[in-house]
Amino acid sequence: MVAHAIFFYVFSIIAVISAIMVTVSKNTVHSVFFLILDFISISCLFIMIGAEFLGMIMLIVYVGAVAVLFLFVVMMLNVAQQKNQWFNSESTSSSHIPVGLIISTIIFFELIIVVGGWKYKPELSNLNTSQIPNEISNTHSLGQVLYTDFIHIFQISGMILLIAMIGAIVLTFRRREGLKTQSYLKQISRERSEGIEVLEIPSNKGVKIDD
Amino acid sequence: MEYINLVFEEVYKILFLLVPVLVSVAMIVWLDRRVWAFVQKRQGPNVVGPFGLLQSLADALKYIFKEIIIPASSNKIIFILAPIITMTLALIAWAVIPFGEDQVLANINVGILYIFAVSSLGVYGIIMGGWASNSKYPFLGSIRSAAQMVSYEVSIGIIIINVLLCVGSLNLSDIVLAQQNIWFIIPLFPMFVIFFISALAETNRPPFDLPEAEAELVAGYQTEYSGMMYAMFWLGEYANILLMCALGSILFLGGWLSPIDLYPFNLIPGAIWLILKILLLFILFALVKAVVPRYRYDQLMRLGWKIFLPFSLTYVVLTASYLFYFNLLPSL
Repeated sequence: MVAHAIFFYVFSIIAVISAIMVTVSKNTVHSVFFLILDFISISCLFIMIGAEFLGMIMLIVYVGAVAVLFLFVVMMLNVAQQKNQWFNSESTSSSHIPVGLIISTIIFFELIIVVGGWKYKPELSNLNTSQIPNEISNTHSLGQVLYTDFIHIFQISGMILLIAMIGAIVLTFRRREGLKTQSYLKQISRERSEGIEVLEIPSNKGVKIDD
Repeated sequence: MEYINLVFEEVYKILFLLVPVLVSVAMIVWLDRRVWAFVQKRQGPNVVGPFGLLQSLADALKYIFKEIIIPASSNKIIFILAPIITMTLALIAWAVIPFGEDQVLANINVGILYIFAVSSLGVYGIIMGGWASNSKYPFLGSIRSAAQMVSYEVSIGIIIINVLLCVGSLNLSDIVLAQQNIWFIIPLFPMFVIFFISALAETNRPPFDLPEAEAELVAGYQTEYSGMMYAMFWLGEYANILLMCALGSILFLGGWLSPIDLYPFNLIPGAIWLILKILLLFILFALVKAVVPRYRYDQLMRLGWKIFLPFSLTYVVLTASYLFYFNLLPSL
């Protein structure tokens, strides 16, 4: 039990410190790396409370895919330069700070409501501490709940993700003219008769090929 | 005292696994070069030691004594961290690989997810190395590899789902034991082919070695690395290749099970069978490297997203329907 407690405190301290470092660090790429460290330590915490499936999915989805894309975007855009423009230049009135403040206030009040709910209605906290079943594995028990009781919510969330994906594709998709793309079908279905043409070239006249 | 004993026992087990893995990584580099050479009618490394077996050790010694150069404009901490992360991730995944009925370091319930997660983390070593070098070629290489590895992870994930449908458990030992009657390579042969090709792309092996395509990007993300740090990238890469071979033999070739369950074959320990299967897959990897020319980048992306993803998704539906119709779905 002592070892368990030590590991819990180590992982939670790493999680909290790296969460602070995400916002504090000057270099944006470093922020993303701290975010990844945060994700990893949180998935370790998930595994420690016995939610091994959630911990692994957290690693695969957030660290393996989402954070890679974050890193991708942050590396490609020159974010540090933009940030300096937003915060330092007096000439352009920044419209980003009020929006950020509003969103952070909303999240702050949400957190207060959640914590307050635990404080004033103690029976609420009993709702989210169901027993971890011993006889079947974590994955099986999750599947049994997701695909029976909550099947509609599960399907709807899948649909929402699909729509978001299609929306992202539609927003970024544009067909440009004059691109020299390969058409594999065209390449394969070429025949000798259309590829090669024998021309009688009259002397001192030449011939035009490109038509 | 009890704790200390426990810790020592675990350390002993870990060393018992890691030292053979590292030695076999060195040997496998030699094997790779030999196979490559034989395809091209050359000799390959054959001077150091019997058949040139000690060539990798000689190379390692050379790397150890070379100077480590850290570029002045690089981001030093991340530059040093990148090879360490690559190497560590390639080695920690071996914790869940079962070499026999109970011969596994950590017999966890979500073993296959653990391997998948660790191999998807492997991209960070490459991105960090490429970014921290603060130079154009490494950066291009790391961007390429990030896109490539994320794309092919998707198809590997769906292939794993195919196998899991037949097994009904995420535990690697259960996956092997489910193949006692028939290896999954027979009913899921198309998936094995796609897994093999995706594993080539996931480990940046030729013909998908675009992150380090020497004709275009010098050496990709490794351009600025030297000495032992370069060697660590290299070791991590080969340990990853071995891991993918091990995963392939566990998912499709029956892991530690012997091919024929008869008297003389039963006597051979399971670990030997697993090693033989890993070697077989690795020789295939090496042959592909020697035979196939490098893909162009857009062809690589097209193969991953437009061919492998739809095909393996369709196969998931087919497998599920087949198992459901013939009432073969595994119970709890």
